[in-house]
Amino acid sequence: MPRFVRYLAPLVAFIALAGLLYKGLSLDPKLVPSPLIDKPAPAFSLPLLQHPDTLISNSDFKGEVTLFNVWATWCVACRQEHPLLMQLAKQGVRIYGLNYKDERAAAKRWLQMFGDPYLANAFDEDGRTGINWGVYGTPETFVVDKKGIIRHKVIGPLTSESIKHELLPLLKQLQEEDG
Amino acid sequence: MIPELGHFALILALCMAIIQAIFPLVGSLNRTPDWVALARPVAWGQFVFLSLSFGILTHAFLVNDFSVLYVAQHGNTELPTIYKISAVWGAHEGSLLLWVLILSGWTVAVASLTRNLPDEVVARVLSVMGMISIGFLSFLLFTSNPFERLFPVPVQGGDLNPLLQDFGLAVHPPMLYMGYVGMSVAFSFAIAALIGGRLDSAWARWSRPWTLVAWVFLTIGITLGSWWAYYELGWGGWWFWDPVENASFMPWLAGTALIHSLAVTEKRGAFKRWTVLLALLAFSLSLLGTFLVRSGVLTSVHSFAADPARGLFILMFLLFVIGGSLFLYALRAPGISRGGGFANLSRESMLLGNNLLLLVITALVLLGTLAPLLYDAFQWGKISVGFPWFTSMFVMFTPPLIVLMGAAPLTRWKQQDPAALLRSLRLALGISIVAGLVMALPVREGSLSAGLAVALSLWLLSTLLTSLKQRLKNRSGVGGLLADIASRGGRSYYGMWVAHAGIAVFVIGVTFVTQYDIEKDVRMSPGQEIQLNDYRFRFDGAVPHKGPNYTAQRGTVRVFRDGKEIAVLHPEKRTYLVQSRPMTEAGIDAGFLRDIYVSLGEPLGNGDWAVRLYYKPFVRWIWLGGILIAIGGLLAASDPRYRMRVLARMRGSRTATGTTTAEVHA
Repeated sequence: MPRFVRYLAPLVAFIALAGLLYKGLSLDPKLVPSPLIDKPAPAFSLPLLQHPDTLISNSDFKGEVTLFNVWATWCVACRQEHPLLMQLAKQGVRIYGLNYKDERAAAKRWLQMFGDPYLANAFDEDGRTGINWGVYGTPETFVVDKKGIIRHKVIGPLTSESIKHELLPLLKQLQEEDG
Repeated sequence: MIPELGHFALILALCMAIIQAIFPLVGSLNRTPDWVALARPVAWGQFVFLSLSFGILTHAFLVNDFSVLYVAQHGNTELPTIYKISAVWGAHEGSLLLWVLILSGWTVAVASLTRNLPDEVVARVLSVMGMISIGFLSFLLFTSNPFERLFPVPVQGGDLNPLLQDFGLAVHPPMLYMGYVGMSVAFSFAIAALIGGRLDSAWARWSRPWTLVAWVFLTIGITLGSWWAYYELGWGGWWFWDPVENASFMPWLAGTALIHSLAVTEKRGAFKRWTVLLALLAFSLSLLGTFLVRSGVLTSVHSFAADPARGLFILMFLLFVIGGSLFLYALRAPGISRGGGFANLSRESMLLGNNLLLLVITALVLLGTLAPLLYDAFQWGKISVGFPWFTSMFVMFTPPLIVLMGAAPLTRWKQQDPAALLRSLRLALGISIVAGLVMALPVREGSLSAGLAVALSLWLLSTLLTSLKQRLKNRSGVGGLLADIASRGGRSYYGMWVAHAGIAVFVIGVTFVTQYDIEKDVRMSPGQEIQLNDYRFRFDGAVPHKGPNYTAQRGTVRVFRDGKEIAVLHPEKRTYLVQSRPMTEAGIDAGFLRDIYVSLGEPLGNGDWAVRLYYKPFVRWIWLGGILIAIGGLLAASDPRYRMRVLARMRGSRTATGTTTAEVHA
């Protein structure tokens, strides 16, 4: 059989490659690029969506594990994500929103129509805070720990799978850390 | 209701594919002519259902049917019609649908243009293509259904990624897919030959034109992509060694090796195992490219939605297709005869050298593309293999490749007398060395590279001219040339000639634009002038401008040379309304010998802008080279010897299929 074995070389090389690719599937390259992970959340101070004369800032997050969800009414994926946020809020997860480059009236209507999962919404009309947070598309969701440090970032809509397998375990772990 | 019909048509297409995969193959093995005869009609049936499905998705975009999730995500009422159509393949689900539609298109092309081939060979080829189709159709239906509904129905769609709202990128993916998927024909021919145990020069002659046409599409697709990146990304770069670009470049390299190896197998009966392996490799790399782009294993500027579940599916499919075919190869390879022998100095040995170099480059591109993954998997830390690494390894392996490219057409098959070869290469060698030295001296920055490029390019051109002179020694004048082109095998030769000349042009373009381009980042206030090389740029400010689905700041830059105005450029900074994404639209004055390229950076207040000015010598030659290579490939694919019998038959029986496609593909 030695001749047969010689011609198996391409197959063996391919299987090694496939093994590598399989391993690659379990690694998430999207986690790599954000330079803000494990850094303190960028400071901001913005008017509330519902009450323009009251300000909200990142110090409101302190002491609790918080989700900071970036959304807008013009974003279809946000609409898709919205029911999941509602569920999370029902489970007692603290969610703040960053209403990004939006119209105040439209955003209020949206919350009336689809429900309001947020403790409060910062109204980022010109998108400056979004830029400071490194947002490059909506929706995005940041996980901020009790010390106000960004621990995780989800680009694109949350899915029920990513919530179950990534987000909830992480939130649980962060809850157990000291504030 | 209509979208459900599209979904249903997809399911029917999958059923057709299953029949196409099983019955003709089994029929060809146990000699059941009725089962073999199923292959062609079923292939057509699949094509009809896929066209219907694709048409329905396109219709959904045209009428803004946002109850379809995919349309709601990527369509928009304000989108110009052409981009509503290109939005169909603007993201994952739709581009996969296009992929299978094109696969099915290639399948019916094979079905209708191979009537002069033995029926059981065609049955096996179509059967293998059916298996590939099953894989992609189930992927589409089970993980990425483009007809998924959305409720409640939004009033407006999420819009097409602004990067993709451009003519170049509207046609780039179909071209690339034509190339990727076209490689499946050579693959299927190879598998059919392995199953039947008949690997001979007839097999090589049948696969050759298909491979050439697929390779031409790949060439056009890559060239378009490069041109698009140049004018759309606003950095003036034309190639980024991005994983997605590499994914298209690897099958091209393997395909290039394959078309040369097929030539040897057809003419000399040699390299059979090697050719089969390359045919498997070229398509495997196309599939791997699809995996890399779709699975999210690697991140890239181009990547659409990344999803590990989808990745796992494609990986399983890869294991089946590539693993299965390589296993079949290992079983059959020992039985393949050796074929014609050749001496150490012969055209065969030169083509073998060219093949090995191409494969080394392919392997290095693969390594560079997967390196980040490799490091990550073994936890050596996170890295990305940068531009300089790719460039340096390319500079290392391309020159020997070009030296061989010049010499091979002047070398005889089987055995070449070294002294005679040297005699015919003497002139070319002299010209290129002298010209190279003239270019490289006096030594200054970049002159060494420029000298090398000029030497290689002239080496290629002068060896081509020498070979043309030898070929035409019994003919004279333009009439003689035309007669030679029309002769049997003539277009193959002239196709090679034009494609190799394209490489010479490409080498000059790449080297000159890399070594001699000038780039300046400046702050400009309205009315201010800046001198760059021989050119003077005057910035006349930027004003708001409104497009159909974007707003922009539109700058005006006047370019003067010797006091005369030679161009007015309008670089734009666009903001697409729906996705609120800023986009740069460069202002370019294109020329044969140089481009002038202006793009707007950020507004700096008081009407001042950050402006980027480029002077790019010979940059057009890069794409001109690509176009020449593609023309060469088409010329070679249209050689009369591939279609004599087909045309004769068509005249006889006037089949329903169009003769024009027959001329291109047969």
